[in-house]
Amino acid sequence: MSSAQNHVTTTVSFDEALTRYDPVIGLEVHVELGTASKMFCACSTEFGAPPNTQVCPVCLALPGAMPVINAKAVESIIRMGLALHCSIATWCRMARKNYFYPDMPKNFQISQYDEPICTDGWLDVLVPNEDGSTELVRVEIERVHLEEDTGKLTHAGGATGRIHGADYSLVDYNRAGIPLVEIVTKPITGTAALAPAVAKAYVAELRDIMRDLGVSDVKMEEGSLRCDANLSLNIPGDAWGTRTETKNVNSLRSVERAVRSEIERQAAVLDKGGVIRQETRHFHEDTGVTTPGRSKEEAEDYRYFPEPDLVPIAPDPAWVEKLRASIPQQPSLRRAGLATAWGISAFDMESLVNAGVLALVEAAVADGVAPDTARKWWAGELLRQANDRGVPPQELAVTGADILRVDELIATGALNDQLARQVFDGVLLGEGSVDDVVAARGLGVVTDETELLAAIDQALADQPEVAEKIRAGKIAAAGAIVGGVMKATGGRADASRVRELILSRCEVSG
Amino acid sequence: MNSTPKGPVNPDMAADLIRQSARVLAEAIKSGEVSAREVTQAHLDRIGAVDERVHAFLHVDTDAALAHADRVDVKRAAGEQLGDLAGVPLALKDILAMKGVPTTCGSKILQGWLPPYDSTIVERLRAADIIILGKTNMDEFAMGSSTEYSAYGPSHNPWDLNRIPGGSGGGSAAAVAAFEAPLAIGTDTGGSIRQPAALTGTVGVKPTYGSVSRYGLVALASSLDQAGPCARTVLDAAYLHSVIAGHDPHDSTSINAAVPDVVAAAMKADVRGLRIGLVKQLSGAGYQPGVLQRFNEAVDVLAQLGAEIVEVDCPHFDEAMSAYYLILPSECSSNLARFDGMRYGLRVQDGGDAGVETVMADTREMGFGPEVKRRIMLGTYALSSGYYDAYYGQAQKIRTLIIEDFTRAFGQVDVLVSPTTPTTAFPLGEKVDDPLAMYLNDIATIPVNLAGNCALSLPIGLSPADGLPVGLQVMAPTMADDRLYLVGAALESALFDRWGHLLIEEAPAL
Repeated sequence: MSSAQNHVTTTVSFDEALTRYDPVIGLEVHVELGTASKMFCACSTEFGAPPNTQVCPVCLALPGAMPVINAKAVESIIRMGLALHCSIATWCRMARKNYFYPDMPKNFQISQYDEPICTDGWLDVLVPNEDGSTELVRVEIERVHLEEDTGKLTHAGGATGRIHGADYSLVDYNRAGIPLVEIVTKPITGTAALAPAVAKAYVAELRDIMRDLGVSDVKMEEGSLRCDANLSLNIPGDAWGTRTETKNVNSLRSVERAVRSEIERQAAVLDKGGVIRQETRHFHEDTGVTTPGRSKEEAEDYRYFPEPDLVPIAPDPAWVEKLRASIPQQPSLRRAGLATAWGISAFDMESLVNAGVLALVEAAVADGVAPDTARKWWAGELLRQANDRGVPPQELAVTGADILRVDELIATGALNDQLARQVFDGVLLGEGSVDDVVAARGLGVVTDETELLAAIDQALADQPEVAEKIRAGKIAAAGAIVGGVMKATGGRADASRVRELILSRCEVSG
Repeated sequence: MNSTPKGPVNPDMAADLIRQSARVLAEAIKSGEVSAREVTQAHLDRIGAVDERVHAFLHVDTDAALAHADRVDVKRAAGEQLGDLAGVPLALKDILAMKGVPTTCGSKILQGWLPPYDSTIVERLRAADIIILGKTNMDEFAMGSSTEYSAYGPSHNPWDLNRIPGGSGGGSAAAVAAFEAPLAIGTDTGGSIRQPAALTGTVGVKPTYGSVSRYGLVALASSLDQAGPCARTVLDAAYLHSVIAGHDPHDSTSINAAVPDVVAAAMKADVRGLRIGLVKQLSGAGYQPGVLQRFNEAVDVLAQLGAEIVEVDCPHFDEAMSAYYLILPSECSSNLARFDGMRYGLRVQDGGDAGVETVMADTREMGFGPEVKRRIMLGTYALSSGYYDAYYGQAQKIRTLIIEDFTRAFGQVDVLVSPTTPTTAFPLGEKVDDPLAMYLNDIATIPVNLAGNCALSLPIGLSPADGLPVGLQVMAPTMADDRLYLVGAALESALFDRWGHLLIEEAPAL
């Protein structure tokens, strides 16, 4: 199969496409659950083990082996469904999806068909507009269901890396049977030019929710979160067009790019009077375009039927209510609330999230630290300390009380920012409390002006030409002398006081 | 009434170990009258002498059997407590996984496969120190009623070697009837324990669905399969039943409840005051007069023993066969999908240029016999999109109606009885090319599999027409397996008193 041959050169820009067509998108997201064991057996789900070392009779589908459902996975999907405002089935069954493929040991996948455990939910996502403002878009969720992952095929030899044309193929069943949750949206309409951003924001929000719930590590690069994007275009007012399903979308950026590129491609086909084929397409990270995969014209018949080896799932409603009570507020909405309360911009909030310190800032604020102060330390010095030590920031042994104390000492002039860094370093090295470190390391700001004046005189003497400039009224030159004094006192001086003293010593007024 | 275990059949035990009941052997081993090794060796010798003609076994595990027998003797010598069946030999249907021992399911496609794990039943047998002699012949993947669909050639009925021993568990029944083993394990999806028991003059029980673990039982139809005991006496069957039954966390459909005390029921052997229902639908047209004659006589015996006989109507039993031959093939088409040459067993076209689809297709083409292919095709069709509701869906509705028939019937009576089979054993080759005629063998046994309750077949005499054994089936409600033994043992005892021996003693010498 040649991708070049089937690739339609884009002749329609994104903006132009949207002048003639309305996009309808649909997103199917697969999330690998972070349970310790697989969906139907006790095998480990650890990523990266040598091939076929995390397998047993059940996940290898040896004759006679039978599945037993992982209760933790059921709990996880119900929590996910609740976070997505879904109805939770009181009774439902797993189903067999039958098809032959060598990455699937049983040649059927245990999934759910017409009895998904979670249905009819929604998720509000904050989508950034081009002007920097945000828009709240409601994405409706059709279903959330439980299934098992397949094994992983590696095709050796051949040009395409695909099964056809390969010299031989290897199968790793470590991934076979890892619990997988599929989240399917209803068709998302009316988003126009925002469609790619909506798709990205939705997947990002899902990722954050899963992370917040602790049900998955949601690492797109390790495949624990995967997205398929369905897209069709129609002339405004017309019926929906034929959709394509783009697979292999493995990063948030790719979600946006894939939708965008597919809008451009379909518009180009339609503009030429062409017909969109219902097909699976593959997104290529490198070129940013999609190429056709398997055609869905001959729809596969999966011969679904209820899995007879498993008893139905019938979650106790009281238990579901207990789980519901434990669902945290939706991350983006909670963040928006915090940003307002703290008086910071969405951008500042995003940088806290990206730095992975939001929870730490929140905890410090809860301990009584002012939001600005908590942000300043966690996004700055403490994050740097964590990076230097090669640990995630939440592993730093710094409490809200420590930050409060340092802040107090700075407010009273007993510490400055530079000294405070050394204090935190000491605290992190286990040298005791903030006060212990200050005392032991002698980190107090020098308040004895005699000592400061001596240091100033020495610095002026060391740099006579600078001293001359200052005396001549070049106040800006005082910086060099301040630097000399700070160096001489090991940073323990209050720089602004030093500056005042220098100027008075040189008999010029600031 | 009669609480004395039957036998020894031959008072001179040392002269004829193979003709003793399992319980008598176990007591003799426990008392030191005979060693487990002697008992095992006697049965191995018998297999050596007659199995060339009977062909009950596909694999005899001589060394392991003797080694286990020796361990039992060592235990006894050390004064350790021995189980109720310790040291007693058993024949295992070749559909149960046993670590390191060939497990073929009577199919070419599993030739050479050595399971790396034990089925739960095998674990329990080992723990009870029951000596597993080897694996018994069966129709391929348990599809058939004569063992003629075994890829390794049919088994022969010890009563007449030119006749079939029934199926699919014909090997297990023939082994017990030919005195090659006092006990055997069968599996019953539509009658595969009871029909061979009836045709060989032995006792066979299909326990309540979910009461014996299916873990390690190679699935034919998951919602119907159930393993159970085969023996020459009801009491022996009860002892074996109590060894293999009980909850297993590896089988999701396993019932987590106490197993009824079947041994006590077999000891009690009392039908006084019991209401016994004759199912109107399970006699008459299609049943041989000789079979009906013996059945009616047996019912008279039950009445003489103090039971109240009532006729009951189970109108939907007439549809059981149709429903069964949609549900079974549907599940089987999916269960057997795993046999694709990728991970175990036969692999055709290996190492050549053939692609994966060719290897899978050719392996299945070569590896499966005609009946297996027939049912896979039927099931694939029945589950197809557009046909599902008309076939699989309708069949499930019939299944519900049959369950309701049983529920209504058991509201009126304690147990139901019927002839186990419509005919006695038929000559080899007679029905092998007439699937429908073959299917009709199971007309009386199938309703119990569809409803999930339990049933027992015991010999009630020889048909006056052909001198071949006739079986009577007792059916009891779900988890009331003890009633099977109460009634079965009472009838067996009365017939024993009448004949002065067990019916099997009338079998011709081999």
